[in-house]
Amino acid sequence: MDYTNLFYVIAAVLFILGIKRLSSPKTARTGNAIASIGMLIAIVATVSSFGGLDFKLIAIGMIVGSILGATFALRVEMTQMPQMVAIFNGFGGGASALVATAEFFSKYGTSEQSTFLVTTIILSIFIGTLTLTGSFIAFGKLQGFISGQPIVFKGQQALNAIIMMGLIVFAVYTVLGGANQMNAFYVVIVLSALIGITLTIPIGGADMPVVISLLNSYSGIAASATGFVLMNNGLIIAGALVGASGLILTNIMCKGMNRSLTNVIFGAVGLSSNEGSSEAKQISIKSSTTDEAAMILDAADKVIVVPGYGLAVAQAQHAVREVAEQLESMGKKVLYAIHPVAGRMPGHMNVLLAEANIPYELLKDLDEVNPEFEDCDVAIVLGANDVVNPAARHDTASPIFGMPILDVDKSRTVIVNKRTMNPGFAGIQNELFGFENTVMVFGDAKEMLNTLHKDLKEL
Amino acid sequence: MDINIITVFILAIFVGFEIITKVPPTLHTPLMSGSNAISGIAIVGAIISTKIDGDIGTWLGLIAVVFATVNCVGGFMVTDRMLKMFKRK
Repeated sequence: MDYTNLFYVIAAVLFILGIKRLSSPKTARTGNAIASIGMLIAIVATVSSFGGLDFKLIAIGMIVGSILGATFALRVEMTQMPQMVAIFNGFGGGASALVATAEFFSKYGTSEQSTFLVTTIILSIFIGTLTLTGSFIAFGKLQGFISGQPIVFKGQQALNAIIMMGLIVFAVYTVLGGANQMNAFYVVIVLSALIGITLTIPIGGADMPVVISLLNSYSGIAASATGFVLMNNGLIIAGALVGASGLILTNIMCKGMNRSLTNVIFGAVGLSSNEGSSEAKQISIKSSTTDEAAMILDAADKVIVVPGYGLAVAQAQHAVREVAEQLESMGKKVLYAIHPVAGRMPGHMNVLLAEANIPYELLKDLDEVNPEFEDCDVAIVLGANDVVNPAARHDTASPIFGMPILDVDKSRTVIVNKRTMNPGFAGIQNELFGFENTVMVFGDAKEMLNTLHKDLKEL
Repeated sequence: MDINIITVFILAIFVGFEIITKVPPTLHTPLMSGSNAISGIAIVGAIISTKIDGDIGTWLGLIAVVFATVNCVGGFMVTDRMLKMFKRK
């Protein structure tokens, strides 16, 4: 009986139990701890059961990695979470690819070098390396090292196709094993790294949530592929869990933007060309002040806050909580409506609001909250735009047509706070701003909320 | 080729879909960083690679250990940091 595999099964069970506990914020923290114990068991089992390991090297690697990882984890701002997840995905994919590469070198020219082994090695290197380079580009875009604009050039798709063809040719050659097998193997690594870059640069900053989710999935699949290389159940199971998780999140993000995955990857959406759309119809808006907003709120019983990314940019999460608490002390019911793509990655806005001590029971997702607008007195839209544009429901010509939106226009009054009248990511004007029941309060979200808070207290 | 190992893979994907669809949207970011940490399981492979003689393999193994450890330690720690912030009224 091989006890190592038994420990891997225990680790896998703990991963599954850990993720299961993520089904509620109450149990989630212990779930994360359980998963990390699973990881510890897998590591200890490996170190203690494989002979001939270089313990000194392993210790050095783990200490360096722990210091780096802990520094990232403790210092990162919650707004920077997408970048950090992107870079961690990259490390995960890179680790898998490196392990597969090491295995190729060790089995090269021996009788153990079977077709199955080389095929899985190539797969692991392809997915892992693509994840590594793709994630670093995504990180660069989110952090602002590289322009968030899609980088497109003529013949881009053709170039991708050529790289892909080259990859297939050299991969097949490596698997079949000719005289130049080692050289073909190196070409596969280089082309995999290249395709990770060329596939990620044309994707715009606003589509990054999808890309990060997809790369998350890839990092899992790469780990699984490495599991096939090493015939290791621990890697296969854990990798499959992560792969499935990433795919589900990718799907949710695509649905939230009403885009297909192909459109996100090859559509290069976000180029500034689609501004000044065909029907540039003038809308007349009602601009208002915070005291008027305070009076409208005073007459309300039920208020729904709709935070957009503009709120996070203005660092106004604490200000919004103060206003909400003031409203609650005035006997009003306050809820928060969170659109799936309100932040820069799945669930990002929820974390940003949780950081500002807003209780999680008040955060409602799209399906939960939309019926609530029917009897809502005031909806306060803060730095959100496309996700509340009613055109998505009826205007077939609109680029966001079909995107699920928050039905704020169903409330009796809508207060919209924006910095300027500039259109949102999709580059389109929002008809909501001209509606009869909409009042606009311009200005920085934080300043506006602070003044509103004061006005509410002085009522 | 081993059919058992493919069975394990396919069943694990089904389990993954089953449990992850139950995670509420409010926890999707911690789910992502947590599952990210789990993909650091590559550390097991990385540790095994360090035993490969031939210097290149060992050095690749060392880099892989660093990468995977960043993934595990950073992933679990940041997830905990986030989950700590989710409070009830």
